[in-house]
Amino acid sequence: MQGEHVMKITHLRRLESESIFIMREVAAEARKPVFLYSVGKDSSVLLHLAIKAFYPSKPPFPLMHIDTTWKFKELIEFRDRTVGQLGLILIKHTNPEGVRRNVNPFDYGPSAYTNIMKTDALLQALEMERFDAAIGGARRDEEKSRAKERVFSFRTAAHCWEPKNQRPELWNLYNARVGPGESIRVFPLSNWTELDVWHYILLENIPVVPLYFGAERPVVNRSGKWIMVDDDRLPLLPGEQPQMKWVRFRTLGCYPLTAAIESRAATVEDIIYETLVTRASERSGRLIDHDDKGSLEEKKRQGYF
Amino acid sequence: MISTAEPPLSNQLLIDHLGSQDDKGLLRFMTCGSVDDGKSTLIGRLLYDANLIYEEHLANAVEDMRRLGVAGDTIDFALLIDGLQAEREQGITIDVAYRSFTTAKRRFIVADTPGHEQYMRNMASGASNSDLAIILIDARKGILPQTRRHTFVASLLGIRHLIIAVNKMDLVEWDHRIFNCIVSDFLSFASRFDFSSLQAIPMCARSGDNIFIPSPIMPWYQGPTLIEHLETIDVSSELESKPFRFQVQWVNRPNSDFRGFSGTVASGTVRVGEKLVVAGSGRGTKVKSIVTYDGDLSVAVAGQAVTLTLEDEIDVSRGDVLCPSAERVEVTDRFQARLIWMNEEPLVPGRRLLIKLGTRTAACSVTDICCKIDVNTFTELAASSLQLNEMAVVHLKVREPLACESYNINRAMGGFIVIDPVANLTLGAGIIEHGLWHHNHVHPQALTVSKETRATIKGQKPMVVWFTGLSGAGKSTIANAVEKKLVALGKHTYLLDGDNIRQGLSSDLGFTDSDRIENIRRVAEVSRLLVDAGIIALVSFISPFRSERQLARELLAEDEFAEIYVATPLSVAEARDTKGLYARARRGEIKNFTGIDSPYEVPESPELSLDTTTHSAEQLANVVVELILERCH
Repeated sequence: MQGEHVMKITHLRRLESESIFIMREVAAEARKPVFLYSVGKDSSVLLHLAIKAFYPSKPPFPLMHIDTTWKFKELIEFRDRTVGQLGLILIKHTNPEGVRRNVNPFDYGPSAYTNIMKTDALLQALEMERFDAAIGGARRDEEKSRAKERVFSFRTAAHCWEPKNQRPELWNLYNARVGPGESIRVFPLSNWTELDVWHYILLENIPVVPLYFGAERPVVNRSGKWIMVDDDRLPLLPGEQPQMKWVRFRTLGCYPLTAAIESRAATVEDIIYETLVTRASERSGRLIDHDDKGSLEEKKRQGYF
Repeated sequence: MISTAEPPLSNQLLIDHLGSQDDKGLLRFMTCGSVDDGKSTLIGRLLYDANLIYEEHLANAVEDMRRLGVAGDTIDFALLIDGLQAEREQGITIDVAYRSFTTAKRRFIVADTPGHEQYMRNMASGASNSDLAIILIDARKGILPQTRRHTFVASLLGIRHLIIAVNKMDLVEWDHRIFNCIVSDFLSFASRFDFSSLQAIPMCARSGDNIFIPSPIMPWYQGPTLIEHLETIDVSSELESKPFRFQVQWVNRPNSDFRGFSGTVASGTVRVGEKLVVAGSGRGTKVKSIVTYDGDLSVAVAGQAVTLTLEDEIDVSRGDVLCPSAERVEVTDRFQARLIWMNEEPLVPGRRLLIKLGTRTAACSVTDICCKIDVNTFTELAASSLQLNEMAVVHLKVREPLACESYNINRAMGGFIVIDPVANLTLGAGIIEHGLWHHNHVHPQALTVSKETRATIKGQKPMVVWFTGLSGAGKSTIANAVEKKLVALGKHTYLLDGDNIRQGLSSDLGFTDSDRIENIRRVAEVSRLLVDAGIIALVSFISPFRSERQLARELLAEDEFAEIYVATPLSVAEARDTKGLYARARRGEIKNFTGIDSPYEVPESPELSLDTTTHSAEQLANVVVELILERCH
C-alpha cells in the first residue's frame, strides 16, 4: 500500500490505548465485572473508551449507578438519555435502609450520609450481584493517597483497601485473580490528569452533563462556597435567599455537598483555559474530602470509591 | 514566601497550548534515592514549577509543617508528595507513587520509588514502566552504598538512560570541585554497566536551581537543566521497527459473522493482507482487516489497541501471539531469567507457581536457582532459596510452551510476573534472558491429525499413570496387573518399566543424582509422546525426586497425569529383596541405592497411595483401574 499515513502516537493516544488495554484485561480475566458509572466527566470518558475497547461488540459488563437520591436532576436525565442511546444495561441502586431512615446530608452530617448512601450502598450492590471486579474512573492526580493506588487494586472480602499491603504491579501485567468474596477495583484512567480528560473530551467530542458549563443557576453562598438549589429539599437557613449566578461545576457529587465555581465557560476550550489558570484543585469543591487530612484515604480503606 | 501569583496566560497561550497537545510525546521516568536525598522534595519542586500544585495543597503542607514542628520559611515540598497518613507522620515514603506533569514539550509520568525498605520491589515496579531513572545523590555525602545498589539494580532492570542528580548543592557552597569529584566517583563504578546515556546535573531542589531554570549561582555548569534534559532526551526503543508481535487479549465475537482478535500491538507494524502465524501452533493466515471504533485501518503500529480479523478460521485464543511467518517468535517451555522475589515466604525450586507473560497465564516452576545476585558487591552467590527482595538468575519450566523473547529485545515479550496459584498474590517479577535446551529455534509444526483424533479412534482418554516407590515396593507387579486388566477392557496401553528403559533408552546413564534426573526427564518426555499418540502409559519407576515427578506432571494437562505412590516401607521392601539388591547395597557393592545411601522423597499429594502390607497386588490394581476408568468418563 502506498501513501499510507502511519499515525504518530501522541500522549493522548497512548493514554487511550493503555485504558483500552486495561478494560480488555478486566473483560478477559474477571468472572463478573461491572462498570461503576457515576455520570461525571471521567465516567463519560471511561464509557467512551469502553465502547472503543470492545467495538464492534458492546462492553461485556453492565453499568451500575449508585443513586444517593441527592444527585443533580440534570445528571440523572443525562444518565438515562446516554444509557438509552447506547443500548446498554444500567443497574441502579439506592441503599433501601438509608431511604427508610430518610438519611440526608443535613440531619446526618456529610460524613455519615456519605458512608450510608454511597459507601454502604456500593458495597450492598457489589455483594448482591457478586461482582468480582469494579471498573471506575478515579485518577491518580485527584488526591495524594490516590497517587499510590494500583491500576488493579485488590479489596479483601470485607471490601477493605490496605494501602500497606498492595500487590506489586509491574509492566501491564495486572493480577486480577481473587478468592471467594474478594474483588478488584480497576482504574483505567489512573495515569490521566484533569486536563487530559478535558483535552480528550474536546478531541473526541464526548458529551458531558451540561452542569460542567457555565449557566445562570439558583445558588446560595455557604461559608464562601456556592451551593446550588437543585430542588426544594435544600433547607434554607434563616434569611437565606437563592440568587441567580453564572456558575459551573468542576466535579459532580451530591448537590448539597458539591460547590460550584463562578464561571461563564461555555465551551470545552473555555474549561481547559480555566483549568490551566486555576490555583484551586479539582476536588476542592468536594466538601467530604476535607473533614481531616487522611480523609479520602480513610474513606477508601472502608470501601469508598 | 509562597507565591500564589497567577501564571501569565492569555488566549494566545491557550491556542498554543491546544496546538501543542497534538504532537506531545510521553516520557515515563523513575526517581531512586533514600529518605534524606531529597527525592520527594525534587518531585514536589517539579510539580510546583510545572504549576500543578494547588493553593489548598500548599496550605495543607504549611499546616503540616506547623503541626510537625518543621522550621523554615520555604515550603517543604516533600509534604506535598508523601500521600498516606502513616507516611506523613513517619516522614518516610512507603510505596511507589505515580505522578503526572506537563511542560510545553512533553507529558511526564514519574514513578517515585522509595529507596529504603522494600527498595527492590519498589524499584522493580517503577523500572518496569520507565525509560529513564534519576539517581539522587546528596552532595554532602557523595556516593553511598545505596547509590551503587540503585544504579546496579536500574541496569539489571533494563533501564538504559540515567540522570545523576547531585542535589543539595547549596549545602556544599555550590562547589564545582565536589560535583566533579562525585561524578568521577560515579563513573568509576558505573561505566561497567551498559547505559546508553548518562547525564550528571548539579542542583538544589529546595531552591529550584537547575531544575527548571539554569542556576545563576553555578555558572560553571554548562549542561542542560533537569527539565531541559527530560524534555529533549531520545528514549525511543524503536519498537515500531522491530518484528511485529501481537498478544491476543480478548476474542471479539459480537455475532456469528464477526470473529476478531483484540489486543495492543506490542512491537512492529502490521498491514492488511500480511501473512501471519500463530506462534504456538504454527498455523498461518492473512490479516483480513484491522478494525477500530474510528474506522478500519490499513496499518497498525506498536502501541495501538486494535482488533484484527483473519482470512482463515484458525484456532486463536487469549494468550496466543501472532507474528509474521518470516520473523517468528521463539516458543519454549524452559528459559533462563532474572527473578526478583517479593514475598515473605522464600522461593524454593519445584514449588508450583503461575506465570503471567503478556496475556498468557500458565503453570510453571523454578527448576534451578543458578545464582543469587548480591546487589551491594555486584557478585554472584550460590543459593538454594530466594528471600524477600532478593534477585537471582533462575531456570523456569512452563507447563505449556510460551511465545517469548529476551527482555532486552522486547519488553512486552520478556517481562513476567509469578503468582501464587492458591493465595493469588503476586510473588515476584522476572525478565527473560534466553530460552534453554537449545531447541528454541525449532518451531512447532502444525500437525493435521490431533491428539484428540488419535484418542477418539481408540475410544479412550489417554493419560500417564506414574508409579513411584522404593526398589522392591511392588510397582512393576501392580503396574503389570493394571495393564492386563486394561487390555482386557479393550484399552490401548503401554508399560514403561525402569529396568527395561535402563537397558535401552537410558543405557548411557548411571545412578548419580544428575543421571537420575536426566533418566526421568527422558521417561517423562516419552510418556508425553505416548499420551499424544492416544495411549494410556503406565510408568513404573523409583523416581525418587519430587521435582522430577512434578516435571513429568507439568508436561501434561491436569487430568492427564496420576501419581500412584506404592507406599511400601523400607523395612518391608528390604525384607522382601526379590532381586537381592538391598543385600548388595548394604555390602557396599551398589552405590547410590535409593533408600540406603540415596534419598527417596515421599510424594506430598499423590492421586493414590497404595499399602502393599495390607492389600494384595490384585486388589490394589483394581483400585488403580477404577481411577483410570473414572478419568475416561
